Amino acid sequence: MIRDITLGQYYQADSVIHKLDPRVKLTATLGFIISLFVVNSWIGYVVAAVFLAVVIKLSKVPFGYMVKGMKAIVFILMITVVFNLFLTPGEPLVTLWKLTITKEGAKLAGMMAVRLSFLIVGSSVMTLTTTPNSLTDGLEKLMRPLKIFKVPVHEVAMMMSIALRFIPILLEETDKIMKAQIARGADFESGNLIKKAKAMVPLLVPLFISAFRRANDLAMAMEARCYRGGENRSKMKPLQYKGRDRIAYGVLLVYFVGCVLIRIYL
Amino acid sequence: MGIIKTDKLVFEYIRRDEEGNVEGITRAVDEVDLDVKQGDFIAILGHNGSGKSTLAKHINAIFYPTEGTVWVDGMDTQDESKLWDIRQEAGMVFQNPDNQIIGQVVEEDVGFGPENMGVPTKEIWERVEESLKAVGMYEYRKHSPNKLSGGQKQRVSIAGVIAMHPKCIILDEPTAMLDPNGRKEVVRAVRALNDVEGITVVLITHYMEEIIHADMVFVMDKGHIAMEGTPREIFSRVDELKELRLDVPQVTLLAHELKESGMNLPDGILTIEELTEALMANYKGTK
Amino acid sequence: MSLILDHVNYIYGGDTALAVHALNDVNLVIPDGQFIGLIGHTGSGKSTLVQHLNGLIKPTSGSIYYNGEDIHDQDYDKKKLRSKVGLVFQYPEHQLFEIDVFKDVCFGPKNLGLSKQETELRAYAALKQVGLEDEYFYQSPFDLSGGQKRRVAIAGVLAMKPEILILDEPTAGLDPKGRDEILDQIARLKEETGITVILVSHSMEDVAKYVERIIVMNQGSVLYDDVPREVFKHYKELEQVGLAAPQVTYIMQALASRGLPVRTDVTTIEEAKQEIRSKFL
Repeated sequence: MIRDITLGQYYQADSVIHKLDPRVKLTATLGFIISLFVVNSWIGYVVAAVFLAVVIKLSKVPFGYMVKGMKAIVFILMITVVFNLFLTPGEPLVTLWKLTITKEGAKLAGMMAVRLSFLIVGSSVMTLTTTPNSLTDGLEKLMRPLKIFKVPVHEVAMMMSIALRFIPILLEETDKIMKAQIARGADFESGNLIKKAKAMVPLLVPLFISAFRRANDLAMAMEARCYRGGENRSKMKPLQYKGRDRIAYGVLLVYFVGCVLIRIYL
Repeated sequence: MGIIKTDKLVFEYIRRDEEGNVEGITRAVDEVDLDVKQGDFIAILGHNGSGKSTLAKHINAIFYPTEGTVWVDGMDTQDESKLWDIRQEAGMVFQNPDNQIIGQVVEEDVGFGPENMGVPTKEIWERVEESLKAVGMYEYRKHSPNKLSGGQKQRVSIAGVIAMHPKCIILDEPTAMLDPNGRKEVVRAVRALNDVEGITVVLITHYMEEIIHADMVFVMDKGHIAMEGTPREIFSRVDELKELRLDVPQVTLLAHELKESGMNLPDGILTIEELTEALMANYKGTK
Repeated sequence: MSLILDHVNYIYGGDTALAVHALNDVNLVIPDGQFIGLIGHTGSGKSTLVQHLNGLIKPTSGSIYYNGEDIHDQDYDKKKLRSKVGLVFQYPEHQLFEIDVFKDVCFGPKNLGLSKQETELRAYAALKQVGLEDEYFYQSPFDLSGGQKRRVAIAGVLAMKPEILILDEPTAGLDPKGRDEILDQIARLKEETGITVILVSHSMEDVAKYVERIIVMNQGSVLYDDVPREVFKHYKELEQVGLAAPQVTYIMQALASRGLPVRTDVTTIEEAKQEIRSKFL
């Protein structure tokens, strides 16, 4: 069950999208999300869909992998759709008992569903094609100007990348401790909320202890390998824009301007 | 003076009870004198709690002596201005394979040390390539460490240390959490480092079969060095080893028991070949 | 009274190409009172197998019967099963969480809904069974040594009074003395209570000394299931699947190939010593 979470997990492949500079991908993801809220007509969504489809095709990540990430938000998606469907005032379309679906409601619900799914798939493209390390590298460099305001940009980026590295390990550990306690007759499922919360203690205490032990070990290992913060550090994979990154920015700009034009003129 | 030298090294820590009151002092390392020559393969044996890991952490300047001195390549580990030079020259590999890999991708992890040292980008790549090749993990360079076996993870950790171009490498029970195959992989990689690259190796372990090829063996107990000598000398003292909570390979033990029961065999037999040789010589004698 | 696995298969990863056949048509009968060694290298399916035995994992196909009842029947009491088939995980000390040793051992029996008195009696008996001295009972489990923590964790399972005790690599990470102490303790427990013990390990040498039956797993299937002597005869095949027979087996093989007429199916040092001496005297 825990293994099914794909959001944020890197998928290894050799594609032009994988090779793009993470800063391009971060900017593009942000741009794409904004564009979803800029356009409000079906033509706009068709354009966004085509753009997304081309990117996915180029990324060589199997489509099924992207959709898997959707599972986690199906519930949220349903709620949004249902609310929009029934609670938007306007011209009635169908009436079921006391609930009325309006024409506007149907349109809005459809659009919200499309927006949300595109948003999730769009962000998964980024996380699936970018190693968390280069993602944090990209963030670090994009946020560099914040250093003037004494924001510890390097430290934050390092913490993020360590957290990402340990998520799968801690998930596996949670699974194991949970099973070990179930083997001792623990019950994590039945009972009311308070009972359930209490049942978590035998899981959470060992998990925290383990996390602290790991943190301690890791800190020692990092120091032993001469880690002393971001000063005077060189980069194995320094970020440098290449031809394809400039082209990607160009494509992104064209797409974004297109979306704005669609909004204004269509 | 050798590459690693300790002089009357003492390390004490204060035990406290739950309220933080001092309960007493534990002497984890007790007047240890060690002198390791450049290029040697040294093994430190001992049961859990014998002080061997604490001793190891002094060589990398993670712990500082309470009394006495530790020198790495002539540098006193208490000299703060030399701290980073010491950590670069004396690399360290730890026990838990999961808790020492920082990178999300094998090659990025190996590059972590050189990055911290400010090595130019182009050279980092060269170092990563040569280090991964030295431990036989080059074809895994793009893999996620989470997908590797324990033995492979430890080899990546070793590569991460070699990439810093150390003069010696200290391995603190690198095989304790591995299965027999993983253990063999790691020991093979460590031996190759010593034989081929000439890196001084300090291997800390409680598995006796891993130290057969060491140049010198030190056995620790209660913080001090209880025995020292070549593997053959150490293995010939089976009874003492047992008293120190260690066990000997079955072949050595069998030879020892046969000898005890009155058969004429040499001391400190280390391999199956040696035992067969000795027994067959005897057998022909009796016939 | 027995545990029967009937054509058990376990596949994870769904129906994609990534699906892993973790268990492949496993058939086993585990009668009362046996001391069994379950051997296999990492990834051979031995850990997956033991988690089937107390119903933590449900087989994809096939059935598991405990005392004649299918443990995956709708109304089968899983909690009761888990108290009867006690499973001690690898590095079990990582599951300790209570403020003192005694409370932690009480966790299992308490979950079974036993009275306070019964719970405490069982906890006390279990701690005695693993040989932990009274002075540690009210200490925090986190202040104990590695070997002691492990005993406490094993006691935590014993306190549920299981009829089958499964230990997944109970000696991992311990030093030789700690390893011998734990294994001796388990052997003594087996002797005294007649409990069925399944010892999961990747070390043949550890297991050969204690068990009466060895099950070798490879790639999710049972490769051998026999008395140690018979299993070690396949030492060449064992090597091919990343395992090895005890070193004594190789010594005897080497001697035999040099013309010394010794039996090659010995499994312990003591036996080897007797056998070799008999040829000289």
